[in-house]
Amino acid sequence: MNDDRPLVQSLVLYLGGSLILLWSGGPFLWQLSTSFQLDRELTADTPRFLPSPATLEHYRNIFVEKQFQDYVVNSLIVASLTTLVCLLIGALAAFALSRLDIKNRFGVLGLVLSISMFPQIALVGPLYLVASEFGLLDTFTGLVITYVALGLPLVTWVLFGYFETLPREIDEAARMDGVSTLGLLFRIILPMSLPSLVTTGLLAFIAAWNEFMFALAFTSTIEHQTIPVGIANFTNLYYVPWGDIAAASVVVTVPLILLVLVFQRHIIEGLTQGGVKE
Amino acid sequence: MPSVLAAPAGLSSARKGAGLFPRRALPPWLLLVPAFVSLGSVSVYPIVNGLWLSLTNTSLVTQEHDFVGLANYALLWDDPTFWNAWRHTLIFTLVSTLAETLIGLAMALLLYEPFSGRAVVRAAMLVPWAMPTVVTSKMFGWLFDGQHGLVNYLLLQVGLIDANVNWYGSVDNALGTIIFADVWKTTPFMALLLLAGLHTIPASLVEAARMDGGKAFAIFWYVRLPLLLPTLLIAGLFRALDAFRVFDLVYVLTGGGPADSTETLSTLSYKIFFSTLQFGYGSAISTAMFVTEAIIAVGFGLFVMRQMRRAG
Repeated sequence: MNDDRPLVQSLVLYLGGSLILLWSGGPFLWQLSTSFQLDRELTADTPRFLPSPATLEHYRNIFVEKQFQDYVVNSLIVASLTTLVCLLIGALAAFALSRLDIKNRFGVLGLVLSISMFPQIALVGPLYLVASEFGLLDTFTGLVITYVALGLPLVTWVLFGYFETLPREIDEAARMDGVSTLGLLFRIILPMSLPSLVTTGLLAFIAAWNEFMFALAFTSTIEHQTIPVGIANFTNLYYVPWGDIAAASVVVTVPLILLVLVFQRHIIEGLTQGGVKE
Repeated sequence: MPSVLAAPAGLSSARKGAGLFPRRALPPWLLLVPAFVSLGSVSVYPIVNGLWLSLTNTSLVTQEHDFVGLANYALLWDDPTFWNAWRHTLIFTLVSTLAETLIGLAMALLLYEPFSGRAVVRAAMLVPWAMPTVVTSKMFGWLFDGQHGLVNYLLLQVGLIDANVNWYGSVDNALGTIIFADVWKTTPFMALLLLAGLHTIPASLVEAARMDGGKAFAIFWYVRLPLLLPTLLIAGLFRALDAFRVFDLVYVLTGGGPADSTETLSTLSYKIFFSTLQFGYGSAISTAMFVTEAIIAVGFGLFVMRQMRRAG
């Protein structure tokens, strides 16, 4: 198929492919370059694409003066806890819906999915009142509780899809061996579902890592603020520190990009599983 | 209906009543309790409570909390800032969804064809999706900076503009810049969804059309597009619902300015909640948003079903 393609078609393909590559990667590469450039280079009349001289000044600024590592630690704590709790609750629900005798299971699944369609701004006010009632404002707990519920529909959905593909003979065999229901889930099904758990965990993690609005509303001190809130507040009185912002962007985005590149196949499958008909 | 739902129906009905596990085992719905508690307390309760709040004059400043009926909605109806935000939200939703769907479709069709390096391109497309939206906003803030932004420099070099343009700091261009940033971020993801949809179209159909001497465009228009339509419409709907709530981009890039020219419903209600602390009025706005979204979703759903039935 590939070899007998007319030249024009090949040209269009490669040109288009390059354009998409430039579109997806270009802006971030510029951020990367910006983060290593001196302020006077950034405000010069002619921008440089490559830093010369390269400087680590902006990285020093964010870690030494702005305590950016605090935000990173906060985000890691919140996103990791969210992921673990989300996977546990989601796995229980998906397992029950897939393997046990639940009446009208697709109705239940549809309900769970439709909840994820609520506009989040409609939740933030009432939740704020509840959180202040229970003393959960400016705590990790408050954020984790919120993020778990936001991530649950997708996690349950993707895990359910994966459990459905596992042969039912496993359940039969387990029952013959006298394994309990939970034993079947934790000792047999979950270990078999590792790829799917990694994918869904990653999706939940990224969502919690990137979330901005609830973090902005619920946290108020650097002890609990997450990275997006930190970056949003990166302004000086007199000028915008574009170099520092670029450095922070790189610190936040590079780990994500690495994760995504390693697990890209799983991610694309996990994300597109719902919207596509066989 | 996703593929996962095409589970062998016979199996589930065969298991009905019989139950795979003995009766003394824990009841199945017990495993759903944690999920229901989580969703109930964080998603369902606030929506219901928001409905109630919108009928009160709750304010953290005046410490009032009295039932006022539909007074907030009457205020809303006469509030130009609300309609201003409502209009921007609709424009943003329509333009960005359309652009993302069309450009995404073009990208997907291109990526469907095998060429060397395709895997690299596909991987790169996840970068905009994975990046935190706050970072995207700041990134575009720097790219489109009026004084030292790269975009102005490049456009000046090619001669498309003859002086620096103030992109998100001027009333005329700010909303357009935000839409552009959103299109950048979401189009590749849309393309990947549509690509997955394209891959489910049987190659034999396209092959047969080619055998019959169909031209590339005719094959696209009469074979692939109709088969892709369900995926296209569902992806478009989900995208539209998502675009309707736009918050991060606007809040970080312009804060709703300049002169309220980029204020959207999400940013407006956020400000009313957390700047003026009028939780009653804020809830009225977010409830109005919820209702608008529900109408869009249901209307669109009905439209899609009719189309699908017509298509058989």
